[in-house]
Amino acid sequence: MTTIVTDNCKNCRFTDCVSVCPVACFHYDDEMLYIDPEVCIDCSACIPECPVEAIYEDDDIPEDKEHWIEINAEKAAELPVIEEKIEPLPGAEERKAELGF
Amino acid sequence: MTKLGTDDNPVLIAIVGSGPSGFYAAEALIKSDVKIKVDIIERLPSPYGLVRSGVAPDHQKLKQAINLYKKIASAPDFNLIANVTVGKDISVEELRKTHHAVIFTCGAETDRKLGIPGEDLRGSHTATEFVGWYNGHPDYRELEFDLSQDVAVIIGQGNVAADVSRILSKTVDELKHTDIAQHALDVLAESKLKEIHVIGRRGPAQAKFTPKELREFGKLSDCNPIILEQDLVLNDESKKELEEKGNITNKKIYGLFSDFSKRELDLNKSKKCFFRFLLGPKEIIGNTNIEKLILEKNVLSGEPFKQSAKGTNKTIEIDVGILFRSIGYRGVPITGVPFHESWGTIQNKKGRVTENDGTIVNQLYAAGWIKRGPTGIIGTNRACSVETVDCLLNDLAKLDGEIKKSGAEGIYSILNNKSICHISFDDWVKIDVEEIKLGEPKGKPREKYTNIDEMLSMIN
Repeated sequence: MTTIVTDNCKNCRFTDCVSVCPVACFHYDDEMLYIDPEVCIDCSACIPECPVEAIYEDDDIPEDKEHWIEINAEKAAELPVIEEKIEPLPGAEERKAELGF
Repeated sequence: MTKLGTDDNPVLIAIVGSGPSGFYAAEALIKSDVKIKVDIIERLPSPYGLVRSGVAPDHQKLKQAINLYKKIASAPDFNLIANVTVGKDISVEELRKTHHAVIFTCGAETDRKLGIPGEDLRGSHTATEFVGWYNGHPDYRELEFDLSQDVAVIIGQGNVAADVSRILSKTVDELKHTDIAQHALDVLAESKLKEIHVIGRRGPAQAKFTPKELREFGKLSDCNPIILEQDLVLNDESKKELEEKGNITNKKIYGLFSDFSKRELDLNKSKKCFFRFLLGPKEIIGNTNIEKLILEKNVLSGEPFKQSAKGTNKTIEIDVGILFRSIGYRGVPITGVPFHESWGTIQNKKGRVTENDGTIVNQLYAAGWIKRGPTGIIGTNRACSVETVDCLLNDLAKLDGEIKKSGAEGIYSILNNKSICHISFDDWVKIDVEEIKLGEPKGKPREKYTNIDEMLSMIN
């Protein structure tokens, strides 16, 4: 059972999700965010916050995004935690428009 | 005296209430660049607020938020003073003398009334008290709920209504390995309920459930979720709402309702849980006990996302044996602190307490439900508490930094003069360990103490 960040976050990294996470389970690198499945409590607070709908919970994960489950687990294990909302990556608004949001 | 916010002159903050918003406020204060010591005052012997006593027993994973709160509690600048009621054992005025500032994070302990005739008949309850009762909250231990009835009605379509109706729909097997209070499990085991009606005043596109919780109704071992196809008809404004990009939650909810409406009835299941829309409670009828509920049919009126329910004066009547109103928790006023009557919150601007006319009150702050009303979920409180703490940190110059404050020692001195027994976080840990031990032989994560005197004797 888990909640995962998927490809729409890449090159956006809005971090609106981070400010509503009750357990600080988001990790980050230069491209995007990842959720630590060991810490996430599946509260779904983050899902509606993402401007590009990058976050999925269990029952909703489409087949073509299932590989992100492992990526989130691996990356979260090696990357630092982010606890506060920060500025999105440069070009995030353009990317958001490209994605149709 | 050295500058306020240094090791020699730390900022002393009292936080009233140890639920999520209290812990997030403590975390933000302790992590700041300024030296701050936090004293969280909690009226129960147990901390954690609604994560302990509101989140449903079959949602154990959500309760793991407590792991973060334990980490926050382990900070040297964090101190818990439990079993102490602000407004009774110690006053707000006294806290303003012992500390530089006070943050109210005391939540919303009462509930909104329907305001209809018959609301106080026997058998008419609040979700607040039912949830507290099955979660072992000491205030609700002695309540009685008559589940020998056929029909239960829940008024409301938010997460609390989902919890109440789901717990009523579940079997003992589905609940016996959770941390549900034993007294509640015993009563639920004898339940004769056949029908549970979850009634909302607006339509299926406006219901406030989360998809995760609604899905659970499709996986119950002894209950069919039922929605009539005719109840899924949408007006144009609701269709626009569901088509709006970004409104993913309501779209998912409507999709789940549609799925439920197409399901075959499983005749092996003894209960039915009906989701009904566009109905507003008008009157509860009965002698001493509730017997019937009069509901008025509604229509929606207004622009998309601003639609409200309007009564049509056409009514229906249903038999009801037990009723729960679940239309929102509501804050309780604290003596001496300006209160917004219609919202049930402390008057505030971004967490700074204000008088009714908007003038800022020095030293007093609010976060969580007592600040913004009973909305959102656990994580919503984090951003809320951070906003309040940011305001407080900006106000340091106004917090009487030249006066030496007594902090926790000042509180203990006041309590000792009244012979009030306060308990520490370490004391709570002893209770916590014992609850887990008591749950083990039953295969439960814990068996909660439901009586304050028993909790206190355990540690003494």
